[in-house]
Amino acid sequence: MEKMEKNESHAISLLVSNKPGVLIRVALVFGRRGYNIDSLVVSPTHDPRFSRMTIVASGDLPTLWQIIKQLNKLVDVIHAHDHTGEIVVERELALIKVKCPADQRTEILQITEHFKGDTVDLTEDTIMIQVTGSSEMLDSMMVMLEKFSIIETVRSGKLIMARGHEST
Amino acid sequence: MQKSKKKLKTGADALLECIHKHGVKYIFGHPGGAAIPIFDALVGSPLKFILTRHEQGATHMADGVARATGRAGVVLVTSGPGATNTITGLITSQMDSTPMVVITGQTITPMLGLDAFQEADVSGISYPVVKHSYLVKNVHDIPRIVKEAFYLAESGRPGPVLIDIPKDIASTLFEPNYDVAMDLPGYHVPSHGDPVAISQAADYLNKARKPLLLIGHGTVIANAGPAVRYLAETMQIPVTNTLLGKGGFPETHALSLGMLGMHGTAYANKAVVGCDLIMSIGSRWDDRIVGRLKDFCPDAIKIHVDIDPAEMGKMVVPHCSIVGDARLVIEELNTQLKKGDTTDWIKQINRWKKQFPLSYKKHGGLKMQYILDELYQMTKGKAVITADVGQHQMWAAQFCKVDHRFHWITTGGAGTMGFGMPAAIGAQMARPDALVVAVVGDGGFQMTLSELATAAVNKVPIKVLIMNNRYLGMVRQWQNLFYDDRLSGVDLEGNPDFVKLAESYGIKGFRIKRNAEVHKVLAAALAYREGPCVIEAVVEKEDNVYPMIPAGAAISEMVLGPPKKKMAKPVGST
Ligand SMILES: Cc1ncc(C[n+]2csc(CCOP(=O)(O)OP(=O)(O)O)c2C)c(N)n1
Ligand SMILES: [Mg+2]
Repeated sequence: MEKMEKNESHAISLLVSNKPGVLIRVALVFGRRGYNIDSLVVSPTHDPRFSRMTIVASGDLPTLWQIIKQLNKLVDVIHAHDHTGEIVVERELALIKVKCPADQRTEILQITEHFKGDTVDLTEDTIMIQVTGSSEMLDSMMVMLEKFSIIETVRSGKLIMARGHEST
Repeated sequence: MQKSKKKLKTGADALLECIHKHGVKYIFGHPGGAAIPIFDALVGSPLKFILTRHEQGATHMADGVARATGRAGVVLVTSGPGATNTITGLITSQMDSTPMVVITGQTITPMLGLDAFQEADVSGISYPVVKHSYLVKNVHDIPRIVKEAFYLAESGRPGPVLIDIPKDIASTLFEPNYDVAMDLPGYHVPSHGDPVAISQAADYLNKARKPLLLIGHGTVIANAGPAVRYLAETMQIPVTNTLLGKGGFPETHALSLGMLGMHGTAYANKAVVGCDLIMSIGSRWDDRIVGRLKDFCPDAIKIHVDIDPAEMGKMVVPHCSIVGDARLVIEELNTQLKKGDTTDWIKQINRWKKQFPLSYKKHGGLKMQYILDELYQMTKGKAVITADVGQHQMWAAQFCKVDHRFHWITTGGAGTMGFGMPAAIGAQMARPDALVVAVVGDGGFQMTLSELATAAVNKVPIKVLIMNNRYLGMVRQWQNLFYDDRLSGVDLEGNPDFVKLAESYGIKGFRIKRNAEVHKVLAAALAYREGPCVIEAVVEKEDNVYPMIPAGAAISEMVLGPPKKKMAKPVGST
């Protein structure tokens, strides 16, 4: 029988040295095991020597554990940690451009309001919405907007931070 | 006269000074445009540069230094093709965790990424095959980077480190500050293991009736041999070693089972199948030794000691894992032992040893086994033996027992043909008083044979024992056993006359053709100290290495000799 492999999504946070090439070294660890990176955010930290990476990737769990150990082995990685299942604050931002003729404006604005989004650009027949929340919430909003023909979307990728005194 | 003129140096000067300060004697390599400033700085440097005929040879020589001493070997090459020629040597070192520092010249910084002449993105290419790599962008970083490079290469789980230096950086004048701190916030070297895990291991060991120690390269690297020996002797535990674990525990010891795995001894493999506890000390449960993973010691308690946390659970999932330096961990463990009773187990093992010894036919055609057995009897473990890759390597591992650390040098993880002879050159240069013998196949030898010139020029007194079976023997063996003897791409027709070849380099050549000549010729070659020598042994063309566990099969499926029925194609890797 074929082995059932559950592909779960995991959010991994890395603190890395702020140097050229680090991103490639990190990506190679995933690539070597055939693990797909779904989203990746790199940003500076308050300490200019380090950067923060938040990676969402999906695949089987044992491989992921191995990948995290391999990441921690990289000299430029200060630490790598899987936050899945932990209580963390999780946010993502999306910009969504939707076709919006005047007669549909009200409904689109209602949806936007429901998801606590903002209108950041408006033309005769388009609207750009900015929305922040959990990735799941953003997904739900996208579903609601689908029937209005979405022109394009840009999502920031997931950001996570551990609560309280825990470090990310 | 000018007052307090600052001591300005070029980047290249500082680089070499840092390397010299680290205690390095030799640099192996090959020059080129982008590295000329560094070669210029070599003039007048106390470092001795060894010109190799190919950059791959340089890496294996440096690796030979590393494996003969435990200290990093150093390579210096030019940019582009010079640098890419080191990749095979880097992966060879990386797979076997040996310390090496490779310095590559690079195009000038303003030309980086612009397809300059002989430009290659060397640090980029290197990522998958190094422990770490650097591209130097600021001359002031050189002292820190060199310090870090050697520390990374030699500490923890050792490995190769690459430093790519643009030509303009190497030429820049600056005032070096050698007294710099390292900046490695992401690098931690485990030392003492977790005490809870160690007492758990002690508990398991104290209860085991049929325990087995499996020692790997980590035992050798960490110099854990004496501690392992104390453990084995106190508890009366038999010890088996991996190909690279040779030298971690005396193979002549009554408790030694020699090498396990694909071509290991039958008794070592039977002990693996029969044990109730197996403790790996510095081995990574490589697929060559565990065979089919799900059938590997299903009922035995598994304990894993390794300095690399990423090895834990990678192959075998252990009951108890201890991350730490093998010597420190075993020394701590040794304070918690209660003597168990393994008498029956040892008796069983001794029966296996009697019943299934390593053997070969002593009459008939000339066999590699006989030559290696004789070589071993004549050198009695005093020689440093390097081995290339193939049948000769496996037979050397079987018949040349190793008792001491740093007396056995071969490429395990990568299995790089062409490694053996240059590695012997490096080992011999690092240990001038040692008797160094390279055991190589006619195939692998021809991959780096140009380094005979390096041996000749530097009068490096290695003995190169070429096992000439006119075949890529190990591949022929697989085709013979698993592919209906449909030989394909394995006939080495066109081999040169190896004795004449040696002589053309001014190297002494010997030849063995018959059994009766083996002892005499080996004796003459071993006594020859005026420089390198080559011994060509014209051996039987077709012979197969046994015991053998087909790749991907369970250890219990080991075959001891020519199989009576056709064997299935192996499912395991290569
Ligand atoms: C660089 C490289 N290429 C190919 C191989 C695959 N390979 C493994 S053993 C072997 C044959 C080696 O032949 P030889 O050196 O004559 O040794 P023998 O097995 O005959 O003793 C080959 C081709 C390898 N290990 N390394
Ligand atoms: Mg051969």
